[in-house]
Amino acid sequence: MKYVDEFRNSDVAAAMLCEIAKLAAALDKPVNIMEVCGSHTMAIARHGIREALPANINLISGPGCPVCVTEAGYIDAAVELGKQGVVPATFGDMLNVPGSKSSLAKFRAEGGRVEICYSPDSAVELAEKAPNTQIVFLAVGFETTVGPAVSVIDSSINKNLGNLSILTAFKQIMPALEALSSDPEIRIDSFLCPAHVSAIIGADAYKPFAEKYRIPCVIAGFEPLDILYGIIGILKQIQAGTATVENQYSRVVKAEGNVRARSFINTYLETADAWWRGIGIIPQSGLSLRQEFENYDAAVRFDVKIQRGDQDKRCQCGNVLKGKIRPDQCGMFANVCTPENPVGPCMVSSEGTCAAYFKYGRVIG
Amino acid sequence: MCLAVPMKIIEINENRTGIAESGGVSRKVNLKLLDDCAVGDYVIIHAGFAIEKLNEEQAAKSVALFDELVQVMSGTQVQSR
Ligand code: SF4
Repeated sequence: MKYVDEFRNSDVAAAMLCEIAKLAAALDKPVNIMEVCGSHTMAIARHGIREALPANINLISGPGCPVCVTEAGYIDAAVELGKQGVVPATFGDMLNVPGSKSSLAKFRAEGGRVEICYSPDSAVELAEKAPNTQIVFLAVGFETTVGPAVSVIDSSINKNLGNLSILTAFKQIMPALEALSSDPEIRIDSFLCPAHVSAIIGADAYKPFAEKYRIPCVIAGFEPLDILYGIIGILKQIQAGTATVENQYSRVVKAEGNVRARSFINTYLETADAWWRGIGIIPQSGLSLRQEFENYDAAVRFDVKIQRGDQDKRCQCGNVLKGKIRPDQCGMFANVCTPENPVGPCMVSSEGTCAAYFKYGRVIG
Repeated sequence: MCLAVPMKIIEINENRTGIAESGGVSRKVNLKLLDDCAVGDYVIIHAGFAIEKLNEEQAAKSVALFDELVQVMSGTQVQSR
């Protein structure tokens, strides 16, 4: 496949690993690199990159899987809407996210109706076909997904659909990076920045952050060579003592990002505080509908509150998401908690850190 | 959710939708979030929406950079032998 195979060449990978070994040998202390994005986590696990790296280079998975940071209370609200006869429409990986008591999969097994969408446009089609059914699109995700999800509102307005709304739990990546970098218990030396979130926010968005926290930020694509080259870039910066933003995914990410997508998002949404499962409230890290569009907010339309939910106290997803522990250091990993029977959200989505560790090898480090 | 392989636009229809193809698989794509695009462009698709165009010149630059690295590395290996 064009623009895929060139970035998976094993000879180049071998050369890159040699270069990484050389750079690593010159380090005076171990380096912690956080890959923020769930798709990076999955690619790293699938290609065995973590195991191929020298022992003094630690790849730590971050909080960038939208499913994993979705609050139990949000799932409770979605199930509550379902019980009221409103039809939740959602990406498939939301089904098994545990709420306080139930999940959308359980609600469905009990006879409730939940529609799975490949694209938010499927929710629009559903609403057009069934004008007497209220459809709610479960709008979760980072900047990459926000545009497509908000398009549901845009279509709802343009097509004058009275039966389509969204339940929002959007997240923004920069405030999360700030929160992680200000936490004294976490030591991250560098960020491997997400590929497609960066396509929206732009490489320049990381500049003030990299300067303020003196942390090298390297934007890399999702293919194995992208990731290895990203690690080389990071190690070179650490060696040189610099902390700049390096855009290695320039085939997709522009300095200014996707301006059109951002202005589309800004038309409908404004920054708000957001609750991150296992982490807590991160100020200004979410996006909610502007007041003039509150009719399209399912929480307002159907008077449902998204409250703090309960979750299994034994689940350590919060610590996993912050990179404080590895999944295999959680006592429930792979025995009580499995992808078939997830206790916490990190085990649900294929992009979840616990699920990636489970699927692609458990003996790590 | 974010699985994104670049796909080639093979058809553009009215109301900013189109068809994209990769490895023999074609898929409907919403082009609302792009300023402009043409048949033959490669795009990154996320949740059914093209979120950005792929810059073919920049892709070639990355590949050239990788080749250079392989040459440098094989050079150092020869020297150290
Ligand atoms: S293994 Fe399961 S219970 Fe443990 S942190 Fe991961 S998701 Fe939570």
